[in-house]
Amino acid sequence: MTAQPAKKQRFNALALFRNALSYHQNWEQQWRSPEPLDAYDVIIVGGGGHGLATAYYLAKEHGITNIAVLEKGWIGGGNTGRNTTIVRSNYLWDESAAMYEHAMKLWEGLTQELNYNVMFSQRGVLNLAHNLTDVRDTQRRVNANRLNGIDSIYLDAAGVKKVVPGIDLRGGGRYPVLGASYQPRGGTARHDAVAWGYARKCDEMGVHIIQNCKVTGFDIEGGVVKGVQTTKGRIGAKKVGLVPAGHSSVLASMAGFRLPVESHPLQALVSEPIKPTIHNVVMSNAVHAYISQSDKGELVIGAGVDQYISYGQRGSQHLAEETLIAICELFPQYKRMKMLRQWGGIVDVCPDASPILTSTPVGNMYLNCGWGTGGFKATPGSGHAFAAHIAKGEPTELTAPFALSRFETGFLIDEHGAAAVAH
Amino acid sequence: MLLIRCPYCEEERPEVEFSFAHQAHKPRPEAAGETLDDHNWARWVYYQKNIKGVAHERWNHAAGCRKFFNAARDTVSSEILGTYKSGETPPVPESRVEGEELSFDYEHGEAGA
Repeated sequence: MTAQPAKKQRFNALALFRNALSYHQNWEQQWRSPEPLDAYDVIIVGGGGHGLATAYYLAKEHGITNIAVLEKGWIGGGNTGRNTTIVRSNYLWDESAAMYEHAMKLWEGLTQELNYNVMFSQRGVLNLAHNLTDVRDTQRRVNANRLNGIDSIYLDAAGVKKVVPGIDLRGGGRYPVLGASYQPRGGTARHDAVAWGYARKCDEMGVHIIQNCKVTGFDIEGGVVKGVQTTKGRIGAKKVGLVPAGHSSVLASMAGFRLPVESHPLQALVSEPIKPTIHNVVMSNAVHAYISQSDKGELVIGAGVDQYISYGQRGSQHLAEETLIAICELFPQYKRMKMLRQWGGIVDVCPDASPILTSTPVGNMYLNCGWGTGGFKATPGSGHAFAAHIAKGEPTELTAPFALSRFETGFLIDEHGAAAVAH
Repeated sequence: MLLIRCPYCEEERPEVEFSFAHQAHKPRPEAAGETLDDHNWARWVYYQKNIKGVAHERWNHAAGCRKFFNAARDTVSSEILGTYKSGETPPVPESRVEGEELSFDYEHGEAGA
């Protein structure tokens, strides 16, 4: 299986036609499944979107290709494959706006860059305001966004109706719509394709993607990491980047330090597929509901987080119920629809609802975690910024504000308002 | 939805009556004011054990007697192994799932501390 990395065939219309002639039986392997070597320059722990993106930008921008990405399951099988695929960058504070807008700019060229259709669809994202406090907060956030060069617009109720004709502005009397923030460049992307596209390009540049390889410990000598203990044996490393999603404090415990995160289940559900009815993403921070329609026709609905810590990848029934009640009040035409599937993922939430991108108390070990309920949208930006942090071995302009030390200095980046899921 | 027994009301009630109030048995640092450094203050305010396994946690019977009590709960299965009043001894000790035990003393042995 461990062939040398080779230039991949380009995906295009001609390749599609040629492979159709052989009933699509002869598409080349997208990435190898090598056995781990004895040592690597960089080991990335976690083969989700963020981990693979980190490896990709390390190889592409910093010329480090002797990299292994270790994934305990299969790549993109964690939160990358469990989110509601929403992409936007309308965050309140300068630090987060810089990070998410950096990601947005990368999203806009990602399909071409990876030669992999990530189905990035800039269909517009609305965050509804249901009362006067919401209206003021929303307008403040829109103004902050515009100062940061983000395409944010405030819509009044009539404006919302124009953009989303299917919405009931009365919200059944319970969730009246008074206005919304609107980011036209926001939208959705195909989450699996993001992981696969990065994995394929990583593989082409010589990165080893090692699946079914769980990290069980770290070799730390004199406060500096020297290697990683895994279910496939010990692997040496000059630098280690931890990019977990829902187990960051478990991983940090293995390395001997603590984190200010809590792990909660966040759930989502999809309906039976129907004809196109809603062409943008509508989110409501106040009632923990967000909805969009996939290209397959399913309504993709996100619910809230459970209040308690959990590592079980499922959410409570009553949270899904509350979300569906709000959806039905806002979109009465969906009342008779049936939900097909429901699932949960574990999100690691920081006290200020912002992520942690940081050097750690262990030398040559770096950490990217705590994205809470909204990590997917940041995938390319997070990977790009974290790769620079790892390559330089010190914080960059983008990652510095997200250091672990902010919980001691008090420079928190409070994004509870823009994070769209209350926690 | 969880069914939680409030040790004060002595009744099993639905989860929506309760508020999760994070880690139990978390002593406030003995040093106070100027003598308490930022590192240890942050540890007390923001840091949680976030155990994967059996955890001791505080709950508030917010829509009932409004009292705080403790629960021993498995954070993987969500099974509640027992609830008890503040100040009482937990019915079962905390434990982490196999293979993910702590490699250091939680209170004092942190790397770089």
